[in-house]
Amino acid sequence: MRKATLWNWFWILLGLLYFFLPLLATFHFSLRARKEALSLLAYQQMIEDTRIWQALLYSIQIGLLTIGLGLLLMVPTVYWVHLRARYLRPMIEFFSLLPFVIPAIVLVFGLIRIYSGDPFPLTNTYAGTDFLLIAGYVVLTLPYLYRAIDAGMTAIDVATLTEAAQSLGAGWGTILFRVIVPNLRSAMLGAAFLILAIVLGEFTIASFIVGLRAFGPVIWQVGQNRAYEASALVIFSFLLTWILMALINFVARRAVVTSGPR
Amino acid sequence: MAFLVLEHVSKRFGNLIAVEDFHLAVEKGEFISLLGPSGCGKTTVLRMIAGFELPTTGRIILEGEDITRVPPNRRNIGMVFQSYALFPNMTVAQNIAFGMRVRREPEHRIRERVDELLALVHLEDKRNSYPHQLSGGQQQRVALARALAIRPRLLLLDEPLSALDAKIRVTLRSEIRAIQRQLGITVIYVTHDQEEALSISDRIVVMRAGKIEQVGTPFQIYNFPQTSFVASFVGMLNTAEAEVLDPQQGLLQLDGAHLLSADPGLRRRKPGERVRLSIRPERISLAGEQLKDNLLQARVEDITFLGAVVRIQLRLGNTLFYMDTFNNPHLALPTIGSTVQVTCSKEAVMVLE
Repeated sequence: MRKATLWNWFWILLGLLYFFLPLLATFHFSLRARKEALSLLAYQQMIEDTRIWQALLYSIQIGLLTIGLGLLLMVPTVYWVHLRARYLRPMIEFFSLLPFVIPAIVLVFGLIRIYSGDPFPLTNTYAGTDFLLIAGYVVLTLPYLYRAIDAGMTAIDVATLTEAAQSLGAGWGTILFRVIVPNLRSAMLGAAFLILAIVLGEFTIASFIVGLRAFGPVIWQVGQNRAYEASALVIFSFLLTWILMALINFVARRAVVTSGPR
Repeated sequence: MAFLVLEHVSKRFGNLIAVEDFHLAVEKGEFISLLGPSGCGKTTVLRMIAGFELPTTGRIILEGEDITRVPPNRRNIGMVFQSYALFPNMTVAQNIAFGMRVRREPEHRIRERVDELLALVHLEDKRNSYPHQLSGGQQQRVALARALAIRPRLLLLDEPLSALDAKIRVTLRSEIRAIQRQLGITVIYVTHDQEEALSISDRIVVMRAGKIEQVGTPFQIYNFPQTSFVASFVGMLNTAEAEVLDPQQGLLQLDGAHLLSADPGLRRRKPGERVRLSIRPERISLAGEQLKDNLLQARVEDITFLGAVVRIQLRLGNTLFYMDTFNNPHLALPTIGSTVQVTCSKEAVMVLE
């Protein structure tokens, strides 16, 4: 018994070291922008760099729009599949997994080829490239969004809830917005935060379509010539991701309190 | 015209015939049970009445109006599901109020009605609870209140008690019946539990393989089953093959013993013909002072104690049959392996079609 506990602690410690040692090293490095002593100089420079904050804001906006468009597209689709076309489920699942199989670089070249000329000249304007970026991200994050919504719908037996609402006189809009969506809240929020985290860190698609307007390419550029500041930025993005994760947990737990297990 | 008429309704799913030529007229305020084994089409019939399935042929007429193609949310028919189907994001009160909110009824009327229904299902103290905080029986009560809140023209219940344990099932079913009588509402109740159907219904529709086998009051269904399926599905039944000796006298031979039957159907049979006869276990008794038309000698094979009733398995030649007798602590039961004399009236011996 005692021996087993000891081993448990050993493995936990090993795991923690594996995760946190590189992080601690990066943190330590980020504090050494001044040669003579440890300092927060890199962080100060990072905070003063307006480009970084503009890019972050831009990426957050793109992320939120991606979440909005993705939900608008996937919630009704997955709902309909659950309700009337369950035989389509394997196919939808397959398509939703394609972004895992097709590298982002292939996706972005495809997008640029098709949308850089007639009949859809989207790459010529800022609005056009923003839209293209959002569309690309919707595809890229599809696996996460689909899985989350699908799991959420499986958990609440949408078919019976829909019939119950119908028998009480509800139309499709009422059913979707007052019965189905409120019960998917935690699933949707979980997926939303995940998508936001992915969009904030994404480099490939962003760098080809919008370049240094997005956060990912900016981190990369900073890393190219300002090593200390880049480390500070890494630590900062890590914290940002953690905050998002904590929010997911918090929201999911609150959702359990209100809707609970069936 | 009857309150609800299902006019020669059929439903096919691809090649599968789920319901075939289902014809039934229901009067206002009646409590009708659709009874049958799983897959017999009873739930499909209910779903067609609710509007969730479109009949392949036939019409459904409610209060003189053809509702066959009316969408479910315009029918004003309440439904209670086996899985309760309460909205998990809403409290008990919000669940009950849902249908009225959809109809945009004034808030004070909704509040009054919710109070009224919470009292009806004895859940006044659970108004602000969420479904997951309630027991199965309480959840089904909420579902019932929610369905009643819209003052439906018709209430459909799809195996509402199947997911509950035995004791709650019995209390809740008498509550459902009491509420139905109090409100005078017409109910169609689907169940595979014959005891439930017998105890709760005005009339029972016994179904098998998509077709109606028999429609009748619980008394008729139990005592005068018209087909061997109804006889064997409803209640415990002994069946055995016998030879007709004298159709006019009602004389049969069963494993060497002579037996009298009062079944009028026997007159149409010929001497020497083999028929399937049936006797309810409770119609057989130990031959004490009261002798009935038939007296048989049988060996006691097994005795099962069922509480109020004791079920005795008897052997007559090659035929095994059961006899039910009330549990009386002052009377000695026969011992296993002993030979006993049993008796039954000729009215108890039925010949199945």
